[in-house]
Amino acid sequence: MKFLTTIILTALLGYAATLYSAWWSFAITSLIVAVAIHQKPAKAFAAGFIALALLHGIHAMIINSANDGILAQRVANVLPLGGSSFILVLITAFIGGVISGFAALTGSFARSAAR
Amino acid sequence: MKTVPFILAVICAGITISLIVSLDVQLPAGGSKTPRLGYFLSPAKGFWQNAEPVNEDFNGELKLQNLHGNAEVYFDERLVPHVYADNEHDAFFIEGYLHAKFRLWQMDFQTRAAGGRLSEIMGDSSNGTNFLKVDKFFRRLGMVYAAENSLKTIEADPETKAVYDAYAEGVNAYINTLDESSYPFEYKLLNYKPELWTNLKSALFLKYMSLDLAGFEEDFEKTNAKSIFTKEQYAALFPYGHDSLDPIIPKATPLPKQGVNMTPPATADSLYFTFKRTVAPVEPPIKPDKENGSNNWAVAPSKTKNGAAILCNDPHLSLYLPSLWYEIQLTTPTLNVYGVGFPGAPSVIIGFNDNCAWGFTNAERDVRDYYEVKFKDTTMQQYWYNGSWHQTQFRDEIIKIKDKSSDTEHIAMTVWGPVMYDKSYPDKLNTNKAYACCWKAHSGSNELKTFYKLDHAKNYNDYLDAISTYQCPGQNMLFATKSGDIVLKQQGQFPAKWRGQGDFIMPGDDTSFAWRGFIPDSANLIMHNPERGFVSSANQLPYDTSYPYYLGGTYPMYRGYLINRLLQNMNNITVDDMKHLQTNNYNVFAEMARPVLLKYINENNLNSNEKKYLDVFKSWNLYNDSNQAGATVFSLWWDSLMTTTYSDEFSQSSLPLPWPEQTTLLDGIIKDSTAYLFADNTNTSEKETTADNINIAFKKITDTLMHLDLLHKLEWGRFKESGMRHLLRIPALSKLKLPSGGGRNIINAYTQFHGPSWRMVVELTDKINAYGIYPGGQSGNPGSKYYDMFISDYLPGNYYKLLFANKTEMQQYQQLKGKLIFTKS
Repeated sequence: MKFLTTIILTALLGYAATLYSAWWSFAITSLIVAVAIHQKPAKAFAAGFIALALLHGIHAMIINSANDGILAQRVANVLPLGGSSFILVLITAFIGGVISGFAALTGSFARSAAR
Repeated sequence: MKTVPFILAVICAGITISLIVSLDVQLPAGGSKTPRLGYFLSPAKGFWQNAEPVNEDFNGELKLQNLHGNAEVYFDERLVPHVYADNEHDAFFIEGYLHAKFRLWQMDFQTRAAGGRLSEIMGDSSNGTNFLKVDKFFRRLGMVYAAENSLKTIEADPETKAVYDAYAEGVNAYINTLDESSYPFEYKLLNYKPELWTNLKSALFLKYMSLDLAGFEEDFEKTNAKSIFTKEQYAALFPYGHDSLDPIIPKATPLPKQGVNMTPPATADSLYFTFKRTVAPVEPPIKPDKENGSNNWAVAPSKTKNGAAILCNDPHLSLYLPSLWYEIQLTTPTLNVYGVGFPGAPSVIIGFNDNCAWGFTNAERDVRDYYEVKFKDTTMQQYWYNGSWHQTQFRDEIIKIKDKSSDTEHIAMTVWGPVMYDKSYPDKLNTNKAYACCWKAHSGSNELKTFYKLDHAKNYNDYLDAISTYQCPGQNMLFATKSGDIVLKQQGQFPAKWRGQGDFIMPGDDTSFAWRGFIPDSANLIMHNPERGFVSSANQLPYDTSYPYYLGGTYPMYRGYLINRLLQNMNNITVDDMKHLQTNNYNVFAEMARPVLLKYINENNLNSNEKKYLDVFKSWNLYNDSNQAGATVFSLWWDSLMTTTYSDEFSQSSLPLPWPEQTTLLDGIIKDSTAYLFADNTNTSEKETTADNINIAFKKITDTLMHLDLLHKLEWGRFKESGMRHLLRIPALSKLKLPSGGGRNIINAYTQFHGPSWRMVVELTDKINAYGIYPGGQSGNPGSKYYDMFISDYLPGNYYKLLFANKTEMQQYQQLKGKLIFTKS
């Protein structure tokens, strides 16, 4: 339950943060959540990762679907990813996940250090 | 405090920060740089935000301070905005706003290109393009200098200044709504930010069009040609006028008397027509497309089925995405106009209003020349002119370069214009000579005034008034009214030149080689309601070569010839007839050339493969339709014949030379079938004839034809591989390898990346009946379905009915894509 709550909270705050601040601002909210809701390092990382990977992945997929994949396909050729918008969504999700995961891990260790 | 977790926390924080930092910078990739990937791929900020929902509605309400009244904008199903404003200020404000909303990056990029500022955003080179070199070219050519001069002229005229100001306010009103999540796609890709719009940017954009349309010359190439050809050879290779020419103003028209003495200076033979010396030619990195041209014609009510004049225009330009044009209707109590304009400048450029319609083709006149300047010493502080040393003015152009320190071009300014080439600007042969560029576009001018007045024009006199101040780039200005007037005039300020003046680099020591002022406007002939019932132009010579002023330039003539031939025989003309004429793929050049080729080809010497392709050519219907293989054979054969005939003579110089026109060879063979001056290959001991060359040229292309055949690329459309490239030339953002007919010398002048950029047919009936299409789409956003939506209709030659509607009609329009309400706050 705690794990799930952390994921949901991390995702919500991460979404809100990037609406109003820099693209990477979710790292700060992921860290804060990990400090506030203490979990073991592995779990903290997993929660941080899953939250942002899901947030970014689903957000990208919703946009992509409304757009009929027009732009993602073009970008997947520019980058180049062989025109696969699926890989583009995966990378989008992964970047969010990995930064958020490490931020949460930082939070978890920091909380342990402070105790 | 526990030490181990603390250290781990610091390490993890370090990893997190390094991840963020490395994803927040541009990384080198190939010859260019990646976007800031973290930002670019962020669903909340990056490119995903530019992926516009396909069912996007464009409704909105805007409260803006700078408006004078209220306005409504209705988007039809093609996303063409129909603007209904209380006053003209607001109409042009909204035009600016909409241009920015749909085309901001394009406007920014094109004006940066014109002003030599690409290095600022692209770096000194990227993906194999040397942007610094491109920027230097534009700066040294004097583009910014020219735009500044025009800006002064524009701002001295309160009427046009108000239009420009309103437009810039509108563009900036949109820019001010942007943040990093809503920047257009390319800003995110290239990682830079929009900057505010200025009137100078609009002026720069119009100078860019001047370069495109009145910037073609081959003065250095031709000067080089003088070093290897005799006067006779040169005259045969680069003749003045051609036999099959049908000028815009028919040959029998009385020509004006010479106003100014047009005798060449006494020193011309010793200093200019020398055909000896070699000059260091510096090939400019940018050359306007030689094929930049257009068709326009209007037919009188007497020749049409409905008894109303019909006006047609299709300007031929490089076809890019986003498209050069943006379609719009602007309506106020004093204005009601529909057509296309340039994102980057206010007003409708080509279009129609309640009373009349207008369109343009390029005049193709050479208005850019070079003068050799002698400086006293290497500081270039003084130069020799009219028997004494004159003080040089200098203009420093600072080119900012991304991630590097900036470059300064220290440009000497002379009476002739900016010194474009000197020892500081690439001169591979190190001649240390300096050449000033004298270009009509350098002078301040106010072209917008003409378009603005045409937008308001009601009749023939308004047309004359509108075009009277127009200077550059010279255009054939076509006009037709509901009352049945049709009229065509070549308008512009053209230098008065003696025969041959400005073909080569001229001595700049004194005034003797200067332009003899400008051709008086009365000598720019007009054709108003001619008896033949139509007027037309397609970039051919405006007048017969007996015109008293020299018409230097390059003039394609086959389109014009065919248009006139077809129009002559047409009666009861309908709008559909005109659409068919605009998209006509008949190759009249091939009609004249094929008999010559077939006369000399020796079929007995051909193997079975060669015979097969000759049969393809023989049975060709002479149309450059997409599915015609004969057009491919002809195109390759004629190019091969040109090379076979001329390459021996032209290989005498390793420096750039002008290449003869296709017509020149055809005329040469027809006139002199047995001993054409250039038929013999000077590199062989045998004496080749024209017949030999035609056979050799055909055999040379057989391998290519077989190869194309194997790849199923023999059909013209597959061989030509037409397309529209994105301005950054990124294939994924372009539309490439599209099967399409047309080509050089064809009315449908669609070559690979160049062709009809807007096709318009306007029937001037009581309720105007107009059709048009351009190869692109109203949105410049590659993430929008409107980005390229017209292309699939453009290729087969379809048109859209242009919706010239009043506000009530738009309110009831069924297929609205949205309504933007502008209110004054």
